[in-house]
Amino acid sequence: MIRMNEEINILEHELVPKHEIVPPEEAIQLLKKLGIEPWQLPWMSMDDPVAKAIGAKPGDIVRIIRKSPTAGVFVAYRYVVVEVTKKS
Amino acid sequence: MDSVLTTRISKIRLGLMSPDEIRRMSVTTIATTDVYDNDGLPIDGGVMDKRMGAIEPGEVCPVCGNTRDSCPGHFGHIELAKPVIHVSFVKYILMYLKATCEACGRIKIPEDERQEYLKLLRDLEDLGLVYLKKRFHEYIRKKASATTTCPHCGTASHKVKLDRPYTFYVQTEKGLRKITPSEIRERLEKIPDEDVRLLGGDPKEARPEWMILTVLPVPPRSVRPSITLETGIRSEDDLTHKLVDIVRVNNRLREHIESGAPSAIIEEEWELLQYHVATYIDNEVSGIPVAKHRSGKVLKGIAQRLKGKEGRFRGDLRGKRVDYSARTVVSPDPSLSINEVGVPEEVAKTLTIPERVTPWNIEFLRKLVLNGPDKWPGANYIVRPDGRKISLKYVDRKVVAESLEPGFIVERHLLNGDIVLFNRQPSLHRISVMAHVVRVLPYKTLRLNPLVCPPYNADFDGDEMNLHIPQGEEARAEARILMLVEKHILTPRYGGPIIGGLQDYISGAYLLTVKSTVLTKEKAATILSASGYRGSLPEPAILKPREFWTGKQLVSLFLPKDFNYRRNSKIGSASVLRCLDEDCPHDSLVIIRNGVLLEGVLDKASIGREEPESLMHWLIKDYGENYGRFFMDKVYKMFVRVCEMYGLTMSYDQLVLSEYAKKSIEDTIREELREIDELIQLYREGKLTPRPGKTLEESLEDEIVDALSKKLLDKVADVITQYFKLTNPVVVMARTGARGNPVNLTQMSGLLGQQTVRGKRLTRGFHGRMLTHFKPGDIGAEARGFIKSGFVDGLNPLELFFHAAAGREGLIDTAVRTSQSGYMQRRLINALQDLRVYYDGTVRTATGEIVQLVYGEDGVDPMKSDHGKAVNIDRLINRYMG
Repeated sequence: MIRMNEEINILEHELVPKHEIVPPEEAIQLLKKLGIEPWQLPWMSMDDPVAKAIGAKPGDIVRIIRKSPTAGVFVAYRYVVVEVTKKS
Repeated sequence: MDSVLTTRISKIRLGLMSPDEIRRMSVTTIATTDVYDNDGLPIDGGVMDKRMGAIEPGEVCPVCGNTRDSCPGHFGHIELAKPVIHVSFVKYILMYLKATCEACGRIKIPEDERQEYLKLLRDLEDLGLVYLKKRFHEYIRKKASATTTCPHCGTASHKVKLDRPYTFYVQTEKGLRKITPSEIRERLEKIPDEDVRLLGGDPKEARPEWMILTVLPVPPRSVRPSITLETGIRSEDDLTHKLVDIVRVNNRLREHIESGAPSAIIEEEWELLQYHVATYIDNEVSGIPVAKHRSGKVLKGIAQRLKGKEGRFRGDLRGKRVDYSARTVVSPDPSLSINEVGVPEEVAKTLTIPERVTPWNIEFLRKLVLNGPDKWPGANYIVRPDGRKISLKYVDRKVVAESLEPGFIVERHLLNGDIVLFNRQPSLHRISVMAHVVRVLPYKTLRLNPLVCPPYNADFDGDEMNLHIPQGEEARAEARILMLVEKHILTPRYGGPIIGGLQDYISGAYLLTVKSTVLTKEKAATILSASGYRGSLPEPAILKPREFWTGKQLVSLFLPKDFNYRRNSKIGSASVLRCLDEDCPHDSLVIIRNGVLLEGVLDKASIGREEPESLMHWLIKDYGENYGRFFMDKVYKMFVRVCEMYGLTMSYDQLVLSEYAKKSIEDTIREELREIDELIQLYREGKLTPRPGKTLEESLEDEIVDALSKKLLDKVADVITQYFKLTNPVVVMARTGARGNPVNLTQMSGLLGQQTVRGKRLTRGFHGRMLTHFKPGDIGAEARGFIKSGFVDGLNPLELFFHAAAGREGLIDTAVRTSQSGYMQRRLINALQDLRVYYDGTVRTATGEIVQLVYGEDGVDPMKSDHGKAVNIDRLINRYMG
């Protein structure tokens, strides 16, 4: 049984896929390859538990490496923002 | 509309109208309840005052001088004798009352904090943090409401209570005291602009006191037109009726006030005015009775006009209606191609296609013009190059036909070979709309090949379907290339065929390809002729004593010469008939090598619908949709012909078992029931071992349900299958998958078994028993819905009752499921409608935001895949190695 006051590292949970911050140089390469601006990536709140855990700051791009039922392993990206709301 | 609108709406701002604004835009005040005078003309100052816009033909608006086509309509207003609450805003009024001081009207937050919050609010607005701003207001509201003494003037505040829909009370020391709209308005007026902003309001666009109406705008006449019936009686719009009510009560209230009537009477009249204004705005407010006509019909308020599916937004502004369409009952016609639709002549004469006259079709179109609108193939209109449209109904068609020249457009009747869109609601699928080729036929129904029923989910018990005629050349080309039925034999869901053999097609295929079928030359020729085959007969399979052909030979004539296939058939799914290799007497392994059906019978697993990896599936994948259509149009016709020649039928005596078989079934049932009795005995003695996580009672119930439904039925099915051979048409249908399944056979000849509701035995009804025919506390098999008869012997009254109780569950499930899945579908479609796969393989929204970096994360189009996989290696080996 997990006690409520026990600290849990969410990154170790099996349902949390691997997250990592993309270094800026790499991020520029990536955006160039996709031909997009950062805001066109899916957004992730700076308050997101995983964002806090890996220390991602607004403006960062986070790489998520996860298992996919169709592709085996899939790499997705998130753009860290202050607040996720409807884009105008 | 030729011109493109070049200005864009950048912003829409919604707010409340101030009393001043209402008076300023008003052209007249409405003060009298009389609407028309004795001549039937509108009375000035009545609710149909002429100044509120011209609506009669020829009428000139006294305000703007326009006729009804160009007069925009003008608002009037009613001066309310006493203010009333606007029902749509009670929520906000309550919030303002709670958060502010009743004496000074200021927000109940200390001044220094207030300044800080104001600064914070400005920052939030500058940064455009909409969501955070909402949370900020929530926080301030909560904080201000929780404060009990005003930090500005020190007044102790009383709790405000709302009695829905629109009565406010304050909690005083002496108990609840009602506060009138006038008092509320005074309090709201005192709130400073800055405090309104802190609470999430916009003092410029919506001062809180404007939520209390002191003057009511009266919409223009064109918004609430009256209808004149043939009898000459005028019938007014619901809103007009409601406005008259409001004016009447308002006048009465004013008289009472002026004559100094007792306050109780004024109060009562005021309350009535509040009711009328509330129902005028929204007649579905909970807590008050709905306003009705004299006839009892519920009146439509302003909110009802806008709300919901039929409302102004979803029904009118976003609603779509079309021309060039037809709708009637559908009926089946297996002689049509799956690509075709049978169109009644009458429909074909009404629907038209514009065809431009060229030197190559001028003679043909002249003939059509000569035939005119009433003779099929004809034409209804011609359009000259100058844009003049001439109806062919009232002119000398000979002259018009002569004058036809290249450049004219002839609106000709629908002809055989035209492409049209065919649709059946609910359109949940892309395959709910498909393109068909027209075949003009007599009679009055639209006709389709029964094979294309599944994608539309159509049957012929009175279903109606819609036909749409594409009017442009591009639209027709798109329809033909992308939407034709044959392009949709494979479903985009997983790539398997959604169109395929059903019922008699499958029985026929089986009967044709069983080993026992041998055909004389005459029979073989008859069957082949059904498919329109024009080649010669192959070598007969049997030469002596007579020439005989097998059904497999006939099928092989249509298979491509390099086609290999190997798969179990449906009848092989029963263990007794399974074939493991080529050397097998049951003939249930289908083997095709080099386009010759060597072994195996064709049934649902080979030619059926929604059978992935079937014969049809591979044929279509390897040889194209066009070949698939050819196969379904020609070979499938052969299958039905075989079925017709065989005379496949089903009768009662085919289901009656021999005395001996019945005896053995009865023994099986008795044996099982005895075991149940033992179980119950064990349970009564408390010796039953409970299942993990279940109570003793639950364990017993589970044991009984398992024993009586699954185990018993399987045992009985084993007995029955010994007596039901594949020579019996009922068994043929069940085994080949044409109709029914082996369980149905057991239910007919054997027994129905345990009836359940939600997986439990039937228990509900009386105390301790389901029906009064049993003793309370009887938990035996018969008392809780066990049926030991089958449909052949018939059910006794109690059993029939059990069966009905269990059958109802299924009906309820379907009813619940359809409504839920419909709503889910709507939400999914709204969420996904603008997503698109771009050329770089990414999925993006309309504004270019990325949803997926690769479509489906693997970039596979499910329609062209095998169950989501891009390649099927087993199939490739099978295909090339045979």
